[in-house]
Amino acid sequence: MEDSSSGKRGIGRYIPVYVLLLALSGLQVFLAYTRLDRNRLLASMLAVAIFSAALAIMYFMHMAQERRSFFWSLIPATIFVLLMMNMIWSDSFRLLHMRPF
Amino acid sequence: MSEPNQSIAMGHSAAMEPSPYAIPSRKLAMWLFILSDACTFGALLFAYGYLRTASPNWPTPFKFFPSILNVIIMTVVLITSSLTMLGAVDASKSGEKSKALRWLGVTMVLGAIFAILHIREWAGLIHEGVRLFENPWGSSLFGASFFSITGLHLLHVISGVIAMAVIARGYSRGSLTAGHVESTALYWHFVDIVWMFVVPLVYLMSIARP
Repeated sequence: MEDSSSGKRGIGRYIPVYVLLLALSGLQVFLAYTRLDRNRLLASMLAVAIFSAALAIMYFMHMAQERRSFFWSLIPATIFVLLMMNMIWSDSFRLLHMRPF
Repeated sequence: MSEPNQSIAMGHSAAMEPSPYAIPSRKLAMWLFILSDACTFGALLFAYGYLRTASPNWPTPFKFFPSILNVIIMTVVLITSSLTMLGAVDASKSGEKSKALRWLGVTMVLGAIFAILHIREWAGLIHEGVRLFENPWGSSLFGASFFSITGLHLLHVISGVIAMAVIARGYSRGSLTAGHVESTALYWHFVDIVWMFVVPLVYLMSIARP
């Protein structure tokens, strides 16, 4: 049970994902220099970052080759925790008018 | 069945219970560590967003040269190191020890280059007057949040390079297996993923516009 992944060996099969990750990083830099308004820019950046992370998790970390139950046990719970952290955003907008710093 | 009898009846079968999800315990433990660490970085990045939104004069100091160019190079180096780490995992699973060690060596060198570039970036900002609680441009919290997030990431990179050196030594001596290389690779890819969020949120959202 040393290895749950199988199939052909060699890093050549990871090159498409590698190139895509580099391209997505380039896209983020390009987006940063466009004249998008701040909210749209943040949303675009986060969308690209989440897609890049998903690619890395599924192919570089081989989550795509693990049992589905493994994915469903770990990833949704983590996303839920991270989304709950997002609740503090409402406070940040409230504090905008209180100028605490 | 009373509790002591139950444990006797279970005997060795409990110890031989199949691993959940059909993966080694070490790999499961690494995944659980990674997810908890993801929550740590998530909390830091949310706190960063919180501070930034609540501060009307958040600095935007990152010029294309040297900062953003440096960040682009760092990103290429880190993503490439993930690829070379995959080479080490594949070679170790195939039993090609010397090839796996070579790939691990290349990954360590790339990790070290990333750390050096990161420290150079810090030195540039410190030279410009950025400190933990002061900077020449605006909100005094910029330095604390910037150094906390990038510092924790840098600590992960340096820890990863040290871990790889330890794993490579053990693997070359035969005391560690391909499974150890794979677990270390999971950690290294996670460090790469965190950087994918740090770059846009910390650097690219704060570029200096002419």
